[in-house]
Amino acid sequence: MDKKEAVLSNELLEKIHRDMVKIRKFEERAVKLFMAGELPGFLHSCLGEEAVAAGACAALKDDDYITSTHRGHGHVIAKGLKLDRMMAELFAKSTGYCKGKGGSMHIADFSQGILGANGIVAGGIPIATGAALSCKMRHTGQVAITFFGDGASNQGAFFEAANFAAVWDLPIVFVCENNLYAVSTYQNKHQKIENVADRAAAFGFPGIIADGNDPIRVYQAVSSAVERARRGNGPTLIECKTYKWLGHYVGDPADYRPEDEVKEWKGKEPLGRYEHYLRKAGVLTGEKIDKIHEEVEREVDRAVEFARQSPSPRPEDALLDI
Amino acid sequence: MREMSYKKAVSEALREEMLRDENVFCLGLDIGRFGGTYKATAGLWEEFGDERVRDTPLSEAAIAGASVGAAMTGMRPVAEIMYIDFATIAMDQIVNQAAKLKYMSGGQAKIPVVFRTQEGAGRASAAQHAQSLEAWFAHIPGLKVVLPSTPYDVKGLLKTAVRDDSPVVFIEHKLLYNTKGEVPEEEYLIPFGRAKICREGNDITIVALSRMAHRAVEAAEKLAEEGISAEIIDPRTVVPLDMETIINSVKKTGHLIVAHEAYTRCGIGAEICAQVMENAFYFLEKPVRRVGGLNVPVPFAPIMEDYVIPNTLNIIEAAKELLDLR
Repeated sequence: MDKKEAVLSNELLEKIHRDMVKIRKFEERAVKLFMAGELPGFLHSCLGEEAVAAGACAALKDDDYITSTHRGHGHVIAKGLKLDRMMAELFAKSTGYCKGKGGSMHIADFSQGILGANGIVAGGIPIATGAALSCKMRHTGQVAITFFGDGASNQGAFFEAANFAAVWDLPIVFVCENNLYAVSTYQNKHQKIENVADRAAAFGFPGIIADGNDPIRVYQAVSSAVERARRGNGPTLIECKTYKWLGHYVGDPADYRPEDEVKEWKGKEPLGRYEHYLRKAGVLTGEKIDKIHEEVEREVDRAVEFARQSPSPRPEDALLDI
Repeated sequence: MREMSYKKAVSEALREEMLRDENVFCLGLDIGRFGGTYKATAGLWEEFGDERVRDTPLSEAAIAGASVGAAMTGMRPVAEIMYIDFATIAMDQIVNQAAKLKYMSGGQAKIPVVFRTQEGAGRASAAQHAQSLEAWFAHIPGLKVVLPSTPYDVKGLLKTAVRDDSPVVFIEHKLLYNTKGEVPEEEYLIPFGRAKICREGNDITIVALSRMAHRAVEAAEKLAEEGISAEIIDPRTVVPLDMETIINSVKKTGHLIVAHEAYTRCGIGAEICAQVMENAFYFLEKPVRRVGGLNVPVPFAPIMEDYVIPNTLNIIEAAKELLDLR
């Protein structure tokens, strides 16, 4: 990490840091609560992938759109969602962002441009393409980002949507989080190519590879693509190489992953590396960083309290909002 | 009153809605200069151009999905799926996304999308181009399902569909496009959930969908020559379904036939019959009866296609059997 200070303001560097800490601590707590049996359903943790969400969303304006995935807590936190209403949604309370109707995989806040995390792999990609079409038709200058994984990059919907976006020069950025696994299937077992970014050429737009564990590299790649989109020059595919610490879902022992592979990637842990850089660059002191960790920890505590105290929906509420 | 073809009624409805609201736009395969496979969008591209009448790549999942995304962010897309048989490629976006995102987001999303398509047999188009799949969509909470049978109905219902803020699956019929009927000059809308009594009668109720409504009316005319008075009901919308009109009719006649081209097994006929059994059992003099497509893929050869798809004669025979008059 070098010479990045010239590109990003301290304010932006600090925003990215705080977002990563929020994601890290929210996820750690959610995992704990889930393992203790307090959260119904499934949890797909993004621990280890914080840099992609924080770096990418830092390049967006409030009214830009994102679609996210089943592993989307990081994306929506970085886009601006509050930890308390997110936690309430995980707890299936009526104060959750989706009134308890969606849960972890479907968190949405349309007022903040979050068109939903999506439980169908690649399901959000055509939707984001449509949002980008809408931006273009309404001449608003907004852009859309769609997050998806290496597994999703094999879905027909991805190919169709990317081609659509290309032929109509839509203002969209395709951000692929390649964490090397689609559930238990290693990348070289589910696709011939090593770099998902190479597929962009097949559609006719640029494909860039970024270090998904370096939020500044992610920011630089995504912001450049966002500007390109806003100028009307069409889509870009950015492949962020990263890794998730836990298995596909919380509770998955993930013994299909070699121990040394997990160890190697944990050694490139994004938050620790970033904080090391911030200290060296004089952006934040070690003291300040510790303080931020404490503040966020308290924020998570309050979020859990809020969720626990919040009312459950009434069973009949199931008949509303159809 | 002026006469107009069903296909012209479609394009006129779209034209009026596009003039009324600049956020309404059309997308689909060959709907622009080509005017659509059945010419139902003829003239629109000439008037509104590439921007609002968009020819798309061959990608039903993206057509449907982009329509959902555009609808969620301020536009009002009318997406054409050329044949209902191709909806299979778009099913995730229609069933898992369009139908559910409002609910799953706790009511946040507004998704004013119309998926326009056409169904039906009778053109020797064979199994993958001749199905009637309204039952699939009717099964999914979150979708409205419309099957207009006349030019008057298709225009009034399509305008309602475009103005509806929730997803609508709007199913035209390929053999109805060139049929003609009276369509007023003045603007009118037909609300959903309002069945049409095509012909009043006292002896037997025949509920018929889409093109079968015409065959049912023909059957009623033939039955009348033999002194049988049949009441023909066209539901027009399967979701929401006007069961009140159907049940009132059954209370009067005591006999029910439901006719549709769709495969009989698990078709809309099953739903209507079940509801009549639940709500008007004691008014029935005979068991309910369905006249539907045979449970086989639609064959190519016209002689076989005519055999598997129900026709006027099938309805007449079923009515006479039900009334013990064979």
